[in-house]
This record gives sequence, structure tokens and C-alpha cells, in this order.
Amino acid sequence: MTELERKQDRAPVPSEWTYASAPEARDIVTLQDRYGHYVGGEWLEARETYTTISPATEEPLAEVGQATPEEVQAAVDAARDAYANGWSDVSPSERAKYLFRIARILQERSREFAVLESLNGGKPIKESRDVDLPLSAAHFFYYAGWADKLEYAFPNRKPRPVGVAGQIIPWNFPLLMLAWKIAPALAAGNTVVLKPAETTPLSALLFCDVLRQAELPPGVVNIVTGDGRTGAEIVKSEGVDKVAFTGSTDVGKAIQRELAGTGKKLTLELGGKAANIIFDDAALDQAVEGIINGIYFNQGHVCCAGSRLLVQESIYEPVVEKLKRRLTTLRVGDPLDKNTDVGAINSKQQLDKIQELVASGAEEGAEIYQPPCRLPEQGYWFAPTVFTNVAQSYRIAQEEIFGPVLSILTFRTPDEAVEKANNTPYGLSAGVWTEKGSRILWMAERLRAGVVWANTYNRFDPSSPFGGYKESGFGREGGRHGLEPYLDLT
Amino acid sequence: MTRLPVKKTYKLFIGGSFPRSESGRTYEAEGQNVARASRKDVRDAVRAARGALPKWAGMTAYNRGQVLYRLAEMIEARTAEFADLCSGRPEVERAVDRTVWYAGWADKLAQVLGSSNPVAGPYFNFTVPEPTGVVGVIAADEPPLLGLVSRVLQALTGGNVVVALASETRPLAAIELAEALATSDVPGGVVNLLTGRRAELAPWLASHMDVNALDLTGADGDSPELERAAADNVKRVVHGDPDAQSPWEIASFLELKTVWHPVGQ
Repeated sequence: MTELERKQDRAPVPSEWTYASAPEARDIVTLQDRYGHYVGGEWLEARETYTTISPATEEPLAEVGQATPEEVQAAVDAARDAYANGWSDVSPSERAKYLFRIARILQERSREFAVLESLNGGKPIKESRDVDLPLSAAHFFYYAGWADKLEYAFPNRKPRPVGVAGQIIPWNFPLLMLAWKIAPALAAGNTVVLKPAETTPLSALLFCDVLRQAELPPGVVNIVTGDGRTGAEIVKSEGVDKVAFTGSTDVGKAIQRELAGTGKKLTLELGGKAANIIFDDAALDQAVEGIINGIYFNQGHVCCAGSRLLVQESIYEPVVEKLKRRLTTLRVGDPLDKNTDVGAINSKQQLDKIQELVASGAEEGAEIYQPPCRLPEQGYWFAPTVFTNVAQSYRIAQEEIFGPVLSILTFRTPDEAVEKANNTPYGLSAGVWTEKGSRILWMAERLRAGVVWANTYNRFDPSSPFGGYKESGFGREGGRHGLEPYLDLT
Repeated sequence: MTRLPVKKTYKLFIGGSFPRSESGRTYEAEGQNVARASRKDVRDAVRAARGALPKWAGMTAYNRGQVLYRLAEMIEARTAEFADLCSGRPEVERAVDRTVWYAGWADKLAQVLGSSNPVAGPYFNFTVPEPTGVVGVIAADEPPLLGLVSRVLQALTGGNVVVALASETRPLAAIELAEALATSDVPGGVVNLLTGRRAELAPWLASHMDVNALDLTGADGDSPELERAAADNVKRVVHGDPDAQSPWEIASFLELKTVWHPVGQ
């Protein structure tokens, strides 16, 4: 360690002062008291409802529909009708223009969506503003351009739309996951029935207003809200030709079983337990930032989160020391505060799951570290957590926690790093930190994961295919490859 | 006095060897006693396949193509024997030509199926196809040789290893193919061929947690049940055509890996 680094590391952390709050204005969002289902371009009064809240305060935000089988059927019928009578006759270049419009409107209304996303989901405004929204708009813009170029994406094949796509998305990136689902489906000429997650329906419901402004023909996109029962109805519906699901591996397996023998197309983007691997020649400060981004980004509610840190033994101590120090500077709190780094846990249910797994880590013998931080009294919160002394067999090293909890393991050789990284039923993503380019590619070849980030983490782009190996699912979203699940190719 | 011919014992093909079924069972098919594989044989075959994966998947694509071409040579050399075990010479010739066709694909897949992706940031971002891993193949009864070759070759070309259940009623072509494989430089364990009762064996293959993908081309009415079992570890399931020849068939047993490589001074 150089003298300069030593000095920086020993610099006292100021303890007597706090950041002034810097809240983003909330009045940019106008919420209705009650939302229905968006079916055939109109709002269908919901027969059953539940209350959606802000996880940061437990404040009720609105009543939203819990779609019944009949309501799901109405949405599927509307999608079928729009597919058969109109949407499939729209020329590909016109289809493209609708998608370009949606992208533009999302850019125009970006702040409104960002605030709503943070309000309903608990994620820091910094992230919804700078990541979720720009990426959502970019995704529509990217796939818009494909709509009239499909025959170039698949030379020597005849790309045809599949029909009606049933899409079920998670609560960690509500609008971005909606974009990942709807943009390629529409570009390929399908119509859609989409269900946002139970805890984060509001941005999808606001998106219906974007569809209105874009003058998308009625029934091309239908949105129903509700819990897993609604999702199961979409999966089962005979009018659905293709199912796309992003969520937990357990539910993904249940969907795959449910669809057995039906011949319906299926793509699954499921859980992960990604290794973030730090070699001793890595730029350590940069790597520490990458570790932080890898696991505390979006409270760790990220399927590709770098939840297992593999540190080369020779640098274990400085990395852990720097990491702990960096943890003390993370600001946990109000998602709408522009200074906030770590927001609220998305739901009570998720908080319970995190607490249960963290307790198991301590019980199994791992050593826990949490920086001193005051968590708000209302709402669902969990302090950024690091576990050291973790064995590969511990639950915290095997199971997806989906929270701000990092397990640190060590390795000696590149081969050992590969073996440990691949020692999981999942295979969604991995990170490699080294200054040696040839080692990056050597590692990338051997890691059984759909996405490998080198000297970066949790980076996404509409042109970059994303999806898993093994029990992390199948099919890709993003890029040319992301069109394929939405096309029949003969 | 005429010479008494030495007759062949029809055995399984696991890990490059020709064992009898560990169960000691046989059944009669096409006038011969054929090994009747057990659940344990399925497990042994999967284990052999998994063990052979690093070598086969790690080979250069050019080398893999050459080994597959050598397999075509070995089938061609046995044309007369194969012809007796399938619909005849034309089927054997098509199987040879198809093998050559797939051999030529090995070093072109990444160019046709991969991409480099213009991400908005200082990264060289590219997507490459990689083998899914261990592929379970349930071969169709017809055509007995070409049906098996078509489904095994599309998995092999992409670098996968295979455990195949041969046709229950027409297994002899599969055993003959095992002999061609054994002399072709395809490493032992890369292709494992089991003969026996499909209804007995297929569920074990479909539910095996170390099988990554399942080709149900010959599964007929058992498909829904096998597909349900396949979900236990999110297997990739394919319903193919026993006579298919297409790079998209190869693609169905490939994973796509995307790498973000930093760009900087």
C-alpha cells in the first residue's frame, strides 16, 4: 500500500454532521385513488382490489385491481382481437413508429416515472432517475428500429409474430422489466397481456397513459394487476401463445411444469447467485466501488446481483477493510432523497426473507458486519450487510437472498475462482476484476453465466443480450437475440 | 465344412466402453438380444457425459469439426452394415452427408449466431454461443439411423455431450453407430448410447438434475410428463424433427454468453 493510500484510508470519517435532506418533488406524480385493469384500450373497473403502498413509509398509495380469471380472460380476448383485427396488418415501419413514440414519451415524462418508481418500489431516486428510466426509453428506441428489419435479423428465415404474449414481471425494476418485455414483443408484431408485480403496479398503470398518448391501437397492450393467482391465469390461458416470465426460480419451474405439453413458447429469466471475482492485480478502489454497486445497487433486489464476493487470498484483508470503510459512507433512507444510496426493502415479505437468511448465516458460523446507520422507524429497511468467514455450503452462499447482503469467500488460483463461481445451480451473471485483459477473457470463457462483466458490474444496454444458464432460465432479452422468443421462424 | 460366424453381442455404449447393462437384462429386438439398460445405466451414462464435457466443449471448433468429419468417414466405411439395419443405402448416405454438413458448421456457429453489441459505454461487448452441457436425446424409431444421427449431431456440433436413448424397436443401428463413434476420435463419454425400454428409461433421463437439455423428438405421447420432469432443473426442451438439418437445430442447445470487456488506455 502506498503512503498516500494509507493516509486516505486513515482519514477520519466525520461523525458529527449529516447530509441535509434533498428530497425530489413528489407532486410531479398524480395518483388516482383507484385503478382498474387496462383492457382493449379502456379502463375496466376492477372487481376486487388491494392496497398498494410505499414500502419506505407503509403509506397507502392507491387501490389497484386483483384481476379475477374473467378479467384476465377479457384482457387475453382483447389482445387476441387486436392481433387478429388490425395489429398484424399494421405495416412494420408504422409499428416501429409507435415504438419510437413510446420511447420519446418516456423520455419526456421521465422524471414523473422516476418519482413514481421510487415511491411505489422503494428504490433510490438516483437510480430510478439515472438507470431505470433512461434504460426503459432506450429499450423501446432500440427495438423500435428492429420492427421493420426483422428479415435482416434472421436471414433465410421467415419471421412471423407468435400471437399473444403473456408477460409476468418482477418488482425490482418495474418499468424497465416492462420495457424489456413489451418492446421486443411489439417490434415482432405480437400483442401483449402484461402483469406487473403485486407490490409495484403503479408505473405499469401510468404506462397505459403513455400508450394513450402514443395512440397505440386498443388491445395491443393490455395490463392487468394482481398477485400470483393473476399470473397463473395468464400462464394457463388458452389464448396466450407465448409466456415470458421474470422472477424467482421456484415460480419459473412451476410455470415450465404448467406449460408442459402445451407447445407454448416460454422464456424464463430467473434467480441468480452471482460471483464477483476480484484478482490481486485489480484496481482495488475501483473494484470496491464495483462490489458496492454489484450488491447494494437497488438494495440488492437484482437477479444478477454480485452476492458472492470471491477475493483472491493475497488481497483479502485490504479489500475487506476498504469495503467496510466504504459501507460506512452509504446513505440508507428516503428513496426520494437525491442523496440516498440504499432505499427501502420492497415489501414486508421480502424483508422477512432477508432477515431469515441473514439469521441463518450467523447461525451457520459466518461473521456479520453492518455499518452503523439509523434506519427509519416506519417502512421496511435493512442495513447493508457483509458476511465474512463464509463456507460455500452456507445458505447465504447458496441461496438467492435478493437483498443488500454480501457473502465473502476467498480463492487462490484462477481455476479455483472458476470452480467456486460455477458451484451453484444458477448461472445468470458474474463479475471479474483484473487489469489483465487475457485473464478477463480466460475467465469469461469458463464462467457458466449468461453475462460476464469485467471491471464493471450491473451494467445494462438494450443492444446487449441478457439471460441465464442453468436454473437461471432460458431465452435472452436485449439485442438481436431478444427478438427470437417473440417470433416464429421457419 | 462351413465356418461358424462369430456373432456380435449388442451392448450399451457408455464412456467410450461397451458394457452390458449393470442390471444384466436384455430384450429381443430385430431378432437379437439387446442390452436393456436400467436407471443406474442412465446415471452412469450422464456421469460419463459430464466428465467428457470439458474436453469436447474446450476443443477448438476447427478440431471438433475435423473429428465430426472423421465420424462421417467411419459411417461411410460401414455403409453395408448400416444399410442392413435401416431403410437401406440411401439412408446411410444421407446420414454420412448430414454428418459432413454438421462437421462444417462447428467453426461457423459463433459467426452466424453470435454478435458484437454497440453498447453505450466504454466496453467491447460481444455475445458468443456456448454448449448447454449434457443433452438427453430420445431418438425416434424412424428413420432408425438418420433419426438418431440427426438429433445427436446437432447437439455434438455445438460442443454438447449426449446421452441418447436409442429406438426401442430399432436399436441395432444405434449400436452400429456406437462402433463408428468409438473409432472416430470422438472422445469417450461424448456420446453415450443406451438401448432398452423407453418408457422405463426416459423419465430418469428427463428428471436427472445433471442433464441440461432434453430432445424429445422420439418421445411421442410421453412428452407432457417428461417435460414436467424436465422443469425440475429448468432443462431446455426441444421437440425436433427426426429428419431435420439446420443450424437453428444446433442453436437450440446453445447458451448465449455476453461479455462486457473494458476499453481504456
